[in-house]
Amino acid sequence: MTALTAPPNPPTEPVAEPAAAGRTKPPGRGVRAGRTLHGGRLSYLILAVALLFSAFPFYWTIVAASRSNADLAKVPPSLLPGPNLIGNFEAVLEQADIGKALLNSLIVSGSITVGTVLCSTLAGFAFAKLRFRGRGMLLALTIGTMMIPPQLGVIPLFMLIAELQWVNQLQSVILPGLVSAFGVFFMRQYLVQSLPDELIEAARVDGASYARIFWSIVVPIARPGMAVLGMLTFMAAWNDFFWPIIALSSQNPTVQVALRQLGGGYVHDQSVIMAGTLLGTLPVLLVFGLLGRQIVGGIMQGAVKG
Amino acid sequence: MTLTGTAEAGAAKAPPVPPPGRAGGRASAARRAWRTFSPYAYLAPFFTLFAAFGLFPLLYTAYVSLYRVELQTPGDLQWRGFGNYASIFGDEFFWTALRNTFTIGVLSTVPQLAMALGLAHLLNYKLRGRTFIRTAMLLPYATSVAAATLVFAQLFGRDFGLINYVLGLVGISPVDWQTGTVASQIAVSSIVIWRWTGYNALIYLAGMQSIPSELYEAAEVDGASRWRQFVHVTLPGLRPTIVFTVVVSTIGATQLFGEPLLFEGSISGGISHQYQTLGLYMYEQGWGFFHLGRAAAIAWVMFVVIVLLVGVNALLARRRSRKEAGR
Repeated sequence: MTALTAPPNPPTEPVAEPAAAGRTKPPGRGVRAGRTLHGGRLSYLILAVALLFSAFPFYWTIVAASRSNADLAKVPPSLLPGPNLIGNFEAVLEQADIGKALLNSLIVSGSITVGTVLCSTLAGFAFAKLRFRGRGMLLALTIGTMMIPPQLGVIPLFMLIAELQWVNQLQSVILPGLVSAFGVFFMRQYLVQSLPDELIEAARVDGASYARIFWSIVVPIARPGMAVLGMLTFMAAWNDFFWPIIALSSQNPTVQVALRQLGGGYVHDQSVIMAGTLLGTLPVLLVFGLLGRQIVGGIMQGAVKG
Repeated sequence: MTLTGTAEAGAAKAPPVPPPGRAGGRASAARRAWRTFSPYAYLAPFFTLFAAFGLFPLLYTAYVSLYRVELQTPGDLQWRGFGNYASIFGDEFFWTALRNTFTIGVLSTVPQLAMALGLAHLLNYKLRGRTFIRTAMLLPYATSVAAATLVFAQLFGRDFGLINYVLGLVGISPVDWQTGTVASQIAVSSIVIWRWTGYNALIYLAGMQSIPSELYEAAEVDGASRWRQFVHVTLPGLRPTIVFTVVVSTIGATQLFGEPLLFEGSISGGISHQYQTLGLYMYEQGWGFFHLGRAAAIAWVMFVVIVLLVGVNALLARRRSRKEAGR
C-alpha cells in the first residue's frame, strides 16, 4: 500500500511481487514453485556478457555525447568520456528545442499516466466486482482490441484532430493516449484477486454509495496495482513515437519528436545528436533507477496474469 | 464532440442525482435504479475515450481506405472504390516492404526469443545480485525507439562506427550497414533485439517460476539431466508464455516503424527501400506523398496480415498441444 508514497524504500523481498504488499494472494506463494538451484560460474559469465551488451550502448552514448565530432571520426575511436559534454548540451538546446520538448513530454506523459490510471481503475473495478447487463460483451470488446495495434487507426485519428484543429497541440497526443485496454484489463485482474467481495457487500449494507465505496475502499486497496500501472504507462507514454511524430511537429515537440528531428539530418554533428539522445533518455533512466525493481516486478506479475 | 464527451466522463465520477420523477418516491427504488446504472458510470470515462480514439479510428480506417483523401484536405473524401488497394498492390515498393517486414520480423524475433529463453533459464538459478541483474537487463526496454536507434545508427556507421572498427580488429573488412540489404536488415533487427530481449527474458522467468517444483523433483528422481529437465519440464510448462511472446513479437514486428525510420532518417527505408517496412511504407504514402486514403488501405492490409499471423500462431499452438496430449 505504500508503494505509491514511498517507492524508493521497497520491502526486502520486492522482486517477485512488489504489488502484493503482503495482503493479496499472488499465485505461487504457499505452493512451492520454480527451482532454487544455484548458478554456476558459467551462468555468471554468460549473464555478465549479456549485461555488458545491454549496458554498452548507454555507456557509448555518454562517451559520444562528451566528445567532439572530430573525436568520433578518429581511428582507433576513443572509448572514454571526453570534456565536451556541457558544450554539446548547449549546442543541442540551441539547435533542437530539447528544453521545450522535455517540458512537453513531462506534461503529456504525466497527464496520460494520471488519466489512464484513473479510467482503468474505474472500469477495472466495474468489470471485476459489479454485475450489470452487457458486462461480458464489453469486457470481450476491451480484451479483443488489446491486441490490435493503435497504429492502424492513425489515419482517421489524424483526420479527427485536423477537424478539431488540434494538430500540433498537446491534447492531440494526450487524449488518444488515455485509451488503454491493457490498463483496464490489468486493474480488473488486480482487483479480482485483491478486493474481497465481503468488503463491498458490508459497505453496501451500511448504505455507502458506489462512489464512496470506490474512493474509500477500492482505491486504497488498488493503490499498489495503480502504482505499477502508472509506472508502465509513464514509460510507454514518454517513449511513444509513431503518433506524436504525426500529431506534433518541431514547433511543439515531445522528446521523441525532437529526437526524430535530430536524426533527420538537420544536425550533422554526431556528438550533438548523442547529447540530445542522452538528455531525452535521462528522465526515464532516472525513473527506472528509482523504481526499477517495482517495474521489473510489475512486468513479471503482468506476465503471470496475462 | 469529444470535448463534451470527456466533460461528461469527468462528471460521471460523482454520483448523479437520482431521476427527478423518483425523488419523492421510495428510497429503495431510487437505490435500485442507481445500482443498475452506476456500473455504467464507472465504465463511462474509459469507453467514451475508447469509442472516440480507439474503436472509431480502427473501423473508420476501412471506410477511408475506399476514398481518395489527401493530407492537405483531410476533410474532403472522394469515392475511389478499391482504387487505393489497386494502386498499392501495383506498387513494387509495397511488395518490397511486405517482404522486408517479414525478413526483419524473423531476423529480430527468432534470436530475440531464443536468447531470452536462455537468459531466463540462467536468471532462474539462485544468483547473487539477482535484483540488480534483472533490473539491468530491463534497462534497454526503458529506452525509447528513437534514442536507441540514434545510438545504434552511430555504432553501425560505415566509416567511423565502432562495430566496423571491432570487426576490423578481428580481420573482417568494414560492412556497409546502410546500403546492403542483408546488412541493413541485420542492423535494424539488432536494435529490436537489444531493446526487447531482457523484457522477454523476464516474461519467461515469470512463467518458469510458476512451474511447480515437484515436477523438477520427480524428473530428478527419474535421473533426468538438467538439459532433459529443461526440454521436458520447463519448455512444456512455458508453452502458454511462449505462445504469448510469439504473438506479441509478431504484432510488434508487423508494425515496425521507428527503427527503420531513424536508422538513416529517410522515410523510404534506404536508397533502394532495402529496409523499408510496411509501417514505414504507410507513413511514406500518407505523410511523405500526402495520400491518406492509400495509407489507410495499407493500414487495413497490415491488420489482415496481423490477424492471419496470429491465427496461424494459434493454430500451430493448438495442434502442437493436441499432438502432445495424444502421445
